[in-house]
Amino acid sequence: MSVVFDRPKALNDVLMHYCPGCTHGIVHRLVAEAIDELGVEDRTVGIAPVGCAVFAYNYFACDMIEAAHGRAPAVATGVKRTHPDLVVFTYQGDGDLAAIGTAETVHSATRGENITVIFINNCIYGMTGGQMAPTTLPGQVTTTTPYGRTPKIQGNPVRICEMLSTLDGVAYAARVSVDTPANVRTAKKAILKGFRNQIEKKGFSIIEVLSSCPTNWGLSPVEALAWLRENMIPYYPLGTYKDIDAVGGDAK
Amino acid sequence: MAKVLMKGNEAIAEAAIASGCLYYFGYPITPQTEISEYMAKRMPKVGGLCLQAESEIAAINMVLGASASGTRAMTSSSSPGISLKSEGISYLVGSDLPAVVVNVQRGGPGLGGIQPSQADYYQATKAYGHGDMHLIVLAPSTVQEMASLTGEAFDLADIYRTPVIILADGAIGQMMEPVDFSERRRREIPPKTWATCGHGGGRKHNIVNSLLMNPEDLENSIRDRFERYRKIEAEEVRYEEYMTEDADIVVVAFGIAARVCKSAVAAVRAEGIKAGLLRPITLWPFPSARILELADTAKAFLSVELSMGQMVSDVKLACECRRPVEFYGRTGGVIPAPGDVARKLAEMAREQM
Amino acid sequence: MTKNILIAGFGGQGVLFAGKALAKMAMHSDLHVTWLPSYGPEMRGGAANCSVVISNEEIGSPLVPNPDILIALNRPSFDKFGPCVRSGGAIFADSSMIDERSDRTDIDAYYIPASRMAADNSLSGLANVIVLGYLLAKTSLFDYDAFLADLVSGIPASRAALVEGNTKALRLGYEYGCCGHEE
Repeated sequence: MSVVFDRPKALNDVLMHYCPGCTHGIVHRLVAEAIDELGVEDRTVGIAPVGCAVFAYNYFACDMIEAAHGRAPAVATGVKRTHPDLVVFTYQGDGDLAAIGTAETVHSATRGENITVIFINNCIYGMTGGQMAPTTLPGQVTTTTPYGRTPKIQGNPVRICEMLSTLDGVAYAARVSVDTPANVRTAKKAILKGFRNQIEKKGFSIIEVLSSCPTNWGLSPVEALAWLRENMIPYYPLGTYKDIDAVGGDAK
Repeated sequence: MAKVLMKGNEAIAEAAIASGCLYYFGYPITPQTEISEYMAKRMPKVGGLCLQAESEIAAINMVLGASASGTRAMTSSSSPGISLKSEGISYLVGSDLPAVVVNVQRGGPGLGGIQPSQADYYQATKAYGHGDMHLIVLAPSTVQEMASLTGEAFDLADIYRTPVIILADGAIGQMMEPVDFSERRRREIPPKTWATCGHGGGRKHNIVNSLLMNPEDLENSIRDRFERYRKIEAEEVRYEEYMTEDADIVVVAFGIAARVCKSAVAAVRAEGIKAGLLRPITLWPFPSARILELADTAKAFLSVELSMGQMVSDVKLACECRRPVEFYGRTGGVIPAPGDVARKLAEMAREQM
Repeated sequence: MTKNILIAGFGGQGVLFAGKALAKMAMHSDLHVTWLPSYGPEMRGGAANCSVVISNEEIGSPLVPNPDILIALNRPSFDKFGPCVRSGGAIFADSSMIDERSDRTDIDAYYIPASRMAADNSLSGLANVIVLGYLLAKTSLFDYDAFLADLVSGIPASRAALVEGNTKALRLGYEYGCCGHEE
């Protein structure tokens, strides 16, 4: 009997704490598959964020560091600069990467740190129970925007891939989604490319993954994926925003 | 090796490199910027790296990453910048990571000033970050000590898996004195089996982490860390004494203030006042036991600081109310002259008669 | 024996360099020495000063509130620090920058038109070294030949041209002190 589906080796055989329908599990799997396919688990160090993915250090089988909120890219810089042959990735949510850690994100990107950043954008703060994220959409109701996000009051959302694609140090910036099997396959390719770029010493790669949060959005898992498609993708268009391998240096 | 005339800040940088620290992450701030500049010049020549971070917050977290992966690394700043590093320092403690952090103190609070100060004593010895924690705090008072204590700091950090603070001040940082880099005690460093540098297929994955959700687990980990603190208190207290054997008044001072006091003690001795100086070299652990012993023979203590009086509370605790403890200090960047301290000593001597 | 020296002037007059030259000579003479600069933004074109303590004993305070020797290279420094000189001490003043004379009788005051001498001899920026030469002539702080050798030994090979200028400047100041030119 042939095995057609199994747990990637780079994921530990432990129970994950994610809510039903949460897409973190899918993205963890894609990252682990990329590590397996590249055969680099033994020399990979992952940096976990503060947020829902805080326990990622238990799930990935490679060496892991738990960083302070937003500081993962700085920690990754410290690891990578002292051990250039390691494969170093951060796994961060929208509050971690695009609010409290914006400076660390932007500056590690513009320095061209040769690391891979996995950015989970689900438009909400999940771990603390559904507050506004820097990526929360205009009009979106959260516990801290109970009347809907009003840009004149709470400001506008931030589009990270668009912003980072303007920086010279960025080798690759792509926004993907995990709402359909086809999009999951595209996401996998982007994540794999992000890791391969690092091994080939090309510079900073960021893969922004549009994700769902059924629990805090107050939707069923299926409804949540539909909400992602209908609301998030129009505001955060999918695609490759920068790719130094592409003709002319970028894409889109 | 011949002595070289060097600024205290430069001596720290050179000593760090000599101690095998090949990675420096920092952000410029007066009066410690010479450390960054020296590192920027020297590191490329010794195969190391000096990286100017976007902030003190990023710099301390770069140190955390380097340290987690088993590498000696350091950062430095001055008071306002150290406040920004306090988050990272707490994470270093919680993750049991070695690191050397230099604070070349200036006046505060807020932007304060840029002249020498010792007003970060409480911050350094009581609360460099949130949570139950201590740090080893070393207080150099000469340029030679800026060098030798930097070397010691790296060893202590690795042995006890803790950040070590070098609490200097703008005067010692900016001052030049002859320094000899051959004077260096090296200690045995345990292997860093905990480092996250790739498991290499040979072991289970290492995790560097400060998060423990179960209260009992967190309590146990803190208790373990405090066991190490007890060992540090038992074995690593350091201080210097000057004319304390027969002293009626024992001055307690560290860093630049201790030098001023040494001159003052010498001056009042010539006038027949029996003063002495105890200079803590480790501010944590504090030489409390020695101060209590001195309370047997001394009639009074005087804490002299470049602040409104912070260490004085530790001196009071140490001598267990057995002797009066007075305070003299200047703050905001003002350094008292030896004559100012001598006058205070003369006043205390008169009161004792 | 402890000598407390304060050197003061404008930023750019070589105040810190003069202090370093004295400090290096002291170190090479196996004496204890401290060199403490004023630092910070005021260094950029404003007032600059540095304190040098030289002693055959370990040095306590590196601060020099009451110098044994004051080297004043401008009028504000002369006015500010002149009254602080320890009784029995000495002032060395660049008289081409300072039109005032000290009225103190308990100290020695020496005047040398160092800036003018530097300009007259194409020794731009070396008035500080001229004053050091003068200081060597008037005190027993260091031997002139030893000081000269130490001064030029610190100049890197890439800037060999500076050797000649510094040598000339030190000698000018020294001879001015020895030959009784002064006021």
